[in-house]
Amino acid sequence: MPGLGGRMSTVIKAKINKMLDKAEDPSETLEYSYAKQMELLQNVKKGIADVVTAKKRLQLQQQKLEQQVVKLDTQARQALSAGNEELARVALERKQFAQTELQTLDQQVVELEQQQQGLIDKEQKLRSKLEQFRTKKEVIKAQYSAAEAQVKISEAATGVGEEMADVGLAMQRAVDKTEGMRARASAMDELEAAGAFDDNLTLTAGQDDIDRQLAALTSGSQVDDDLAKMKAELGQGSEPSPALEEGKPADQQAQGGQP
Amino acid sequence: MIVRISTEDQYRLPNDDAERLNELDNAAVAAIEADDEDRFHAVFEEMLNLVRTDGHKLGDDELEESDVILPPPDLSFTEAHHEFSGDGLIPD
Repeated sequence: MPGLGGRMSTVIKAKINKMLDKAEDPSETLEYSYAKQMELLQNVKKGIADVVTAKKRLQLQQQKLEQQVVKLDTQARQALSAGNEELARVALERKQFAQTELQTLDQQVVELEQQQQGLIDKEQKLRSKLEQFRTKKEVIKAQYSAAEAQVKISEAATGVGEEMADVGLAMQRAVDKTEGMRARASAMDELEAAGAFDDNLTLTAGQDDIDRQLAALTSGSQVDDDLAKMKAELGQGSEPSPALEEGKPADQQAQGGQP
Repeated sequence: MIVRISTEDQYRLPNDDAERLNELDNAAVAAIEADDEDRFHAVFEEMLNLVRTDGHKLGDDELEESDVILPPPDLSFTEAHHEFSGDGLIPD
């Protein structure tokens, strides 16, 4: 395009062209490589299936985490009622971690849904463009001289080829995103398997690796706030006081200082 | 002129838009070179908006080569950087 010499678009365009150039005559390639087109469509279908699987897994994790949040909140309350503030703090740290994870998951599920819909649309579009190409080719052959027809068919083929390249790119991006989420989901499963959310809170409170990791991952001040709120609700100590906002931990407020 | 937003759609735009698009394209490249992520996203978003609002989507029966191909809308700043260091979205 004369006048549009920007680097960003030209770089992308050059690359797509390079992909297309690999086929010496695009119209021939499209005509004879029906198998290749079908393969691409199959790949897109598989890509969509992968996205759906990944989404289901994330949704399962969402459900589990939602249950955990409720359970940990109850545990924290019970611990506090029993006067075990340290344990309550551990439960709240885990709860906060679960909540943060939950937010990320929500976002990821939305993203995957978009990916899924995008791929479905793309597949549809490619399919109908390929059909169009087949029809158009016959029409062009009937209407133009052989030489003219060759040029026109090549042009149409380039248009379809670009669409194929674009579907390939969309699929690659969907696969990359899904892979990333899968890795994260596995990490969560491992954390769960390691007991981050099991019922043995009392056995491991504040002592094991998991808690040290969780404490590092969660923001301490948020946990302090939660703890203060919970204490107030249980009628222990005072309402969160101005000193809290200055960053003084709630437990020192309510119980006159802890190590 | 025909502009493709990668992974999205092809649009037919008035030729007059070429100049504006070119300005934005240069601004995007400048933002990347200046390592200004916010600026890059703002400019890139403006580019996409221009194409989406000023352009008309091509029908499925139109088999046209694009004059301009823009990167995918979800392009990250890191990817934008890579575009210019050789290993772009589409490997060489």
